[in-house]
Amino acid sequence: MLIFEHSAKGRKTKIQSTSGNEMPTDIPASLLREDKPGLPEVSEMQAVRHYTSLSQKNFSIDTHFYPLGSCTMKHNPRVCNSLAMLPGFLSRHPLAPEQNSQGFMACMYELQEMLCDVTGMAGFSLTPMAGAQGEFAGVAMIRAYHDAKGDFERKEILVPDAAHGTNPATATMCGFSVKEIPTLDDGDIDLDALKAAVGPQTAGLMLTNPSTLGVFERKIEEIAKTVHQAGGLLYYDGANLNAILGKIRPGDMGFDVIHSNLHKTFSTPHGGGGPGSGAIGVAERLKPFMPLPVVAKENDAYRWLTEKDCPQSIGRMSAFMGNAGVLLRAYVYMRLLGNEGMQRVSEFATLNANYMMAQLKKRGFQAAIPDRYASHEFIITLKKQAKELNVSAMDFAKRLLDLGYHAPTTYFPLLVPECLLIEPTESEAREALDGFVEALVQIQHEAETDAEMLHNAPYTMPVNRLDEVRAARQLDLAWSASREA
Amino acid sequence: MPFIPHTEDEINEMLSVIGIDSIENLFDEIPAHLKAGGLKNVPPGLNEMSINRLMQQRAAEDGQPLCFMGAGAYDHHIPAAVWQITTRGEYYTAYTPYQAEASQGTLQLTYEFQSMMTALTALDVSNASLYDGATAMAEAVLMAVRSNRKSKSRKILVPRSVNPAYTKVTETMVKHQNIELVEVAFDTATSKTSQDSLNAFNGEDITAVVISQPNFFGTLEDVDAITNWAHENNIIVIAIVNPLSLSILKPPGQWGETGADIAVGDGQPLGAPMSSGGPYYGFMCCKKEFVRQMPGRIVGRTVDQEGREGFVLTLQAREQHIRRSKATSNICTNQGLVVTASTIHMSLLGPEGLKQTALSCHNNTQQLVEKLTAINGVELVFDQPRFHEAVIKLNKPAAEVLGKLAQQNILGGVDLSEHFPELENCILVCATELRIAEDIETFASALAEALK
Repeated sequence: MLIFEHSAKGRKTKIQSTSGNEMPTDIPASLLREDKPGLPEVSEMQAVRHYTSLSQKNFSIDTHFYPLGSCTMKHNPRVCNSLAMLPGFLSRHPLAPEQNSQGFMACMYELQEMLCDVTGMAGFSLTPMAGAQGEFAGVAMIRAYHDAKGDFERKEILVPDAAHGTNPATATMCGFSVKEIPTLDDGDIDLDALKAAVGPQTAGLMLTNPSTLGVFERKIEEIAKTVHQAGGLLYYDGANLNAILGKIRPGDMGFDVIHSNLHKTFSTPHGGGGPGSGAIGVAERLKPFMPLPVVAKENDAYRWLTEKDCPQSIGRMSAFMGNAGVLLRAYVYMRLLGNEGMQRVSEFATLNANYMMAQLKKRGFQAAIPDRYASHEFIITLKKQAKELNVSAMDFAKRLLDLGYHAPTTYFPLLVPECLLIEPTESEAREALDGFVEALVQIQHEAETDAEMLHNAPYTMPVNRLDEVRAARQLDLAWSASREA
Repeated sequence: MPFIPHTEDEINEMLSVIGIDSIENLFDEIPAHLKAGGLKNVPPGLNEMSINRLMQQRAAEDGQPLCFMGAGAYDHHIPAAVWQITTRGEYYTAYTPYQAEASQGTLQLTYEFQSMMTALTALDVSNASLYDGATAMAEAVLMAVRSNRKSKSRKILVPRSVNPAYTKVTETMVKHQNIELVEVAFDTATSKTSQDSLNAFNGEDITAVVISQPNFFGTLEDVDAITNWAHENNIIVIAIVNPLSLSILKPPGQWGETGADIAVGDGQPLGAPMSSGGPYYGFMCCKKEFVRQMPGRIVGRTVDQEGREGFVLTLQAREQHIRRSKATSNICTNQGLVVTASTIHMSLLGPEGLKQTALSCHNNTQQLVEKLTAINGVELVFDQPRFHEAVIKLNKPAAEVLGKLAQQNILGGVDLSEHFPELENCILVCATELRIAEDIETFASALAEALK
């Protein structure tokens, strides 16, 4: 039932009422609302019961193992939330004067500094509100850099064919055309194709390392050299930073600009779809173009850098300074991990991934790139099951829900047919990994003996497979009293 | 090591399953000279007790000043239940609802959110939110350009009375898409967008016009007249509105003869704490004929194989993971957690509660204006019907006066001279339902003192 269906006309929560009652006489009647908006009219108990019950229909990291490749579903420490929500932080107005904001700004400045250190970059801006916005900032800076040099012919951005969809979408938003570079079977980008593709029209290459295939780009230094020699810049998609955190730094690999996903690597909450944070880091030559605001420290006091300080900035990307509350959570997380802890993240994320991959291979599953170690994630391909048993990756994913596991990422990257991209993260204990392996083994057995059953999984969720075609054809996107009548 | 559960024994067993001697072997593919030497700017890890102490100190350092600032971020009361439920693990740590069967909580809640936003704006459809009000304006501009088949110019009229931060963000976002943002001056006496300044564009090919209600100065615009003018000239109307105000002000869907086409704004007033500017969320609603051009996620209601009601992400063919370089936008997240809070907030307050809150804001602001303008050296600038914010002019430099107030832990308002140099010594003040008579008295006394 929807919350509206619990409503009764005139029902309300009295303790939330305040003093206003009469419509204003100092506003012309033609500007006032005449009807009553169709919002729920329920008691506090009804609202609490409704939204608490709804929450219980969700899978979440707090309740289930969630090995979603490329999403880094690691544990979200509770203290990050409680400290970001201290009243002194929650009640700060974004435009409060600097002298009343030194506590908050200290956290932001130190976060910038720590992010520079772990990524090997010279400057960081915390303002982009999601990875995709970080990508936009990065590509816009590449454009600003070339334009500032009078290099207006650089109109093309290169992306690997295995890239996340946001990469080409971002390039288009910044007015570039996109050219795809193929990936080889061993997971590395086709360096020969890259060399043939670069030229005076190349603005840059967008890359993830490790790539979306879950393996390290071994020729990264040559890739960097190739792009730089042609006059282009190198952009790092930080989605997979968890694989190398503390071990190698994108700046050292030759990247000029990176975005980080604080909601992945730095454990800020996924929240059912957001808010994220896509803080971006830059090499020295791109510092003048960083989006504002950025926190600076001068004589022991913190201040915001503005357009006067950074006349070449690509501009502002948020009404204020981005997802501040998310940034505070990331700050607390990084302080908890500290120097030592930061360096262990990638080790254990990689250990867990390789352990799972080894176990699955032993139990008969096919890894997409079997002869290399996994990074923090790996791909299993179910193309054999699809061909011989008529059971797809989607069927496996849905059945996993019945067995108490959120499915891994399916059908991404697009290059590998019937794939499951599995990323356990470092916070999972061995038992969780073993349990997941057993679940896949059970489903394989079911595929061999009762494939039909799998086609209609899941069976134990609040709903089973939904009619998505109908959802798109018979659009029902909002409840309204008139529609239901 | 924080959050890593592995014991020595487990590590050794796992290594032997993999067939290696040490974790380091897993990084053999990395050129040795690239391996990081150690982190110089990351201090040693803190335990929970210590980070508690540090953060409490920092939060306390900033105090909790008495806030009379608005300008896009407002200090409202949020019922206790809102964030208690929102921070339940099942909402807090859930992922994007791509696996619908395992995400019916988030999906249904989002559908309810979409429904509430359509109810407030009186438009047909809503998406599941964008990053904030400023980026929502940018996305609305891009959407208008895609949607207006009758216009080729890609020119957008943007009144100077629109929140300058929103305009700046829009400039950044549309810069490389051959779109021209054309500034429209406001009437210096009223701050309104005059019909004369719009008539100057009669006969020109204009793609869209942005109307902010109220405008950045709190002044109410003639939304009906502007909407009708725009539609007569085949111009798409983009409304920027404060969602709380829609409980008492005429909603965009009812502006003019046929209503605004797209409505956006920031949902912060409905359940998001000020929190230094984020996370908030941008909402976007539109007439149903534009739905396929709307960016961001959308949840639809459908049925499962047994005919049970269920919810699912729909119209995904617009989005980046399918369309890639041809997507309507590169957006990948929405502001899920904040939308969750807002939906619960709207349910707890209901139409009556929101209306009372809005009326209380209006009344308190009028009280504030009365008290402040009674002080020698303070005058009201735009004496027009307004909602929730007003501009006052001081007889001393605004920065200096605001500084004195800040030292007494009072945030008196926003200095307007940075973005509006002609409004010298003018500040934008705001009183929400939380700024009761006693607070207004405190502010008035301090201001009188500061102006002596």
